[in-house]
Amino acid sequence: MLRVRDLTVARGGLAVLEGLTFAVAPGEALVLSGPNGVGKTTLLRTLAGLQPPLAGEIEATGQAAYASHADGVKGQLTVAENLRFWAGIYGTRLTDDVLAAFALADLADRPARTLSAGQLRRTGLARLALTGRPLWLLDEPTVSLDAESVALFAGQVRRHLATGGAAVIASHIDIGLDALRLDLRAYVATETATGRDEAFL
Amino acid sequence: MRALLLRDLRIATRAGGGFGLGLAFFLIVVVLVPFGVGAETATLRLIAPGILWVGALLAALLTLDRLFALDWEDGSLALIATSPAPLEGVALLKALAHWLTTGLPLTLAAPLLGVLLNLAPEAYPWLVASLLVGTPALSVIGTFGAALTVGLRRGGLLLSLLVLPLYVPTLIFGAEAVRRGADGGATALALMGGITLGALALLPFAAAAALRVNLR
Repeated sequence: MLRVRDLTVARGGLAVLEGLTFAVAPGEALVLSGPNGVGKTTLLRTLAGLQPPLAGEIEATGQAAYASHADGVKGQLTVAENLRFWAGIYGTRLTDDVLAAFALADLADRPARTLSAGQLRRTGLARLALTGRPLWLLDEPTVSLDAESVALFAGQVRRHLATGGAAVIASHIDIGLDALRLDLRAYVATETATGRDEAFL
Repeated sequence: MRALLLRDLRIATRAGGGFGLGLAFFLIVVVLVPFGVGAETATLRLIAPGILWVGALLAALLTLDRLFALDWEDGSLALIATSPAPLEGVALLKALAHWLTTGLPLTLAAPLLGVLLNLAPEAYPWLVASLLVGTPALSVIGTFGAALTVGLRRGGLLLSLLVLPLYVPTLIFGAEAVRRGADGGATALALMGGITLGALALLPFAAAAALRVNLR
């Protein structure tokens, strides 16, 4: 599903992680760990194609659905309207199953600005189920979720994996998945000035 | 892609969406001018085309900074960028949504405001035609400016400085078409149409490239 070889990712032109090599097969999940600022988000953004890698290659057979820190939920629209928008973008349909799976059925007609942080997060995560994409890239998906919602979400990830999907998850807490683990501390780049504009001045 | 247009229109028309803001601004500017210039009807008739066009231009500018900034802040811009929707199409649709909520209402309201400025009767069709042809260019050029400045603090201010000079050709030909009317207005209108078509063809690509750089 996803194969990464000798990857170097950069933030602001400065390498943060280097020499990353890993593979995620269908049905597998990879959990990225490491302290704040180690480069989890940068790595996920690179895998999602939002920024180019500094070196190395990324080979993905399936398209990726990316879930960032921010949920991308519009406060003026209701939960259902928000999700229907994403379904429209990905060419799928919003079904009651998806709403039920993320415990949003009762909130469907509430304007998103009246939701709590955890409910917003669930709305943001429900988007993943609408993408129909096999590879999920999740950046701290459990932030502001309560224990019950974390379990609910872990169940959804498991279901996704069981249907041949894969996931790369950056998370501090153990969401109870039977997953591969990658500690990013081992790949922290040695301070270099590659690509830094000041180096040319 | 249609979902994006529908969403933007829906947000624009909900509370706090900014729909009608540009229109109200246009109205105020045009109403204020006679107070400043004086009620001399001959003078007003002389400057009416220019005032109406400058007013429309400033009104269009007013809602531009929200075009991508809101999607940037709540993270949906990055999520859209990783979706199947091409950013070129996103930029074009954003421009279309901006035009539908700003340019089109301005065009429809302009004849009413022309009365306040004592616009020459034969100039009305030219006013509507020139705004109809010219305001899409304002939206597309503005979308490009908004894409360039997205993510910057105080980006709205920079946006005005970037975009207003680019509006100059449209302004010149637009006001000229209204002023000349049947006597050569068609040429100005055709030239402005050329600018609009050129902007429509090229700027969505430029806007998408700017968005990609800013999303890094």
